[in-house]
Amino acid sequence: MRRVKHGERLRVGFTLNGRKLAADAEPRTLLCDFLRHALGATGTHVGCEHGVCGACTVLIDGVATRSCLMLAVQAEGREVKTVESLAAPDGTLNPLQQAFRDNHALQCGFCTPGILMSFTDYLSRNPHASEAEIRDVLSGHLCRCTGYAGIVAAVKEVTKSAP
Amino acid sequence: MKPRPFDYIRPDTVEEALALLAEYGDDARILAGGQSLVPMLNLRIVEAEALIDVSRIAALDSIRDLGEAIEIGAAVTQNKLLAWPQLAEKLPLVAAVLPHVGHFQTRNKGTVCGSVAHADPSSELPLALAVLGGEIVLKSQRGERVLAAKDFQKDMLTTARAGDELIAAVRFPVAQGPGVAFREVARRHGDFAIIAVAAVAENKSSVQLGVGGMAGKPMLRRIAADAAEEAVREWADELEGYEDLHASAAMRRDLLRNLASLAIKEAIRCAA
Repeated sequence: MRRVKHGERLRVGFTLNGRKLAADAEPRTLLCDFLRHALGATGTHVGCEHGVCGACTVLIDGVATRSCLMLAVQAEGREVKTVESLAAPDGTLNPLQQAFRDNHALQCGFCTPGILMSFTDYLSRNPHASEAEIRDVLSGHLCRCTGYAGIVAAVKEVTKSAP
Repeated sequence: MKPRPFDYIRPDTVEEALALLAEYGDDARILAGGQSLVPMLNLRIVEAEALIDVSRIAALDSIRDLGEAIEIGAAVTQNKLLAWPQLAEKLPLVAAVLPHVGHFQTRNKGTVCGSVAHADPSSELPLALAVLGGEIVLKSQRGERVLAAKDFQKDMLTTARAGDELIAAVRFPVAQGPGVAFREVARRHGDFAIIAVAAVAENKSSVQLGVGGMAGKPMLRRIAADAAEEAVREWADELEGYEDLHASAAMRRDLLRNLASLAIKEAIRCAA
């Protein structure tokens, strides 16, 4: 049994994008803040902080999750993936990212990391998703720049070239 | 925006969780998926002295076929149930309802029992549980009790759960036939419904109808198919509805009349 008193700091460790990392947190520290402030992984953006906007979406053991609705301590021992895991080490974009760029699926880019992580999970389960299914997944995100059309086009492009 | 400080405890077994609930009582909150609780903690709408995280208790993460009913454990997520291969056959109403519960991303973490525990008056899963006549399994160190859905949800965000009790599971009765229907109106897909209507055909001439969003909890009524329109109109007036940011009481009554008529026809058609 894991038991931590309020105000006490604990060592939280998990695998972030393939690297085992650990840092201190309070029980109440949210995973999104822990990623950004304790681990310096600022690719994950924090928007509404109550699970509505989707900007902070990351993968926990491959599953798209709001990191503002999860405590850092809940990620202990898990495999966490953020937007930093998508491009190759030399900066080459992965097919989903490249499709976003090609289809003007982002403007300011604030919501993009979360949307990329949601579709990374969803397309791994359903690589040939229909437009209706894409829109359904996208309904879990807010984007104030694009009007969503470019995002739908980008994801559709990826589904067409999926094996 | 951060929650107020709390103790975090992650028990490994149900017994440990019950001992912690006996220790903290009302001052503790059960954390499973966190999709309702953590937003409220972040907004400081609720406070807790301790969070008891049951999400890793393997015994609670199971979907069991009991023959007459399907039992869903406290750690089972909404997407896990949605992906259960027998869902459409055994629980067609739940299969119709689940895609409307939050979004793909929140269903990945949000639990079935968590929705029932939260008891939002327009929430889809408590409505389905009530219409189907389901049950809630409550465990504490004092023992186990099983409550009918109608006796469990008392009012808006209020249930019959005692402070030291864990909602260990909910039980959905297995469908007698395919005659079910679900309709809702929400601001956006995935938002809480303004009005949600579920119908289960008992035979070709009678439907069990349930509505969420008209009162503090799901309301139920048996409706005869041949005089459905008149019966629903009377029922809507009787319930009155309530006014909030999203809709007036009159709009709620109107939505109920329209959605109920569609759901009743669909349930009867599917049953035939």
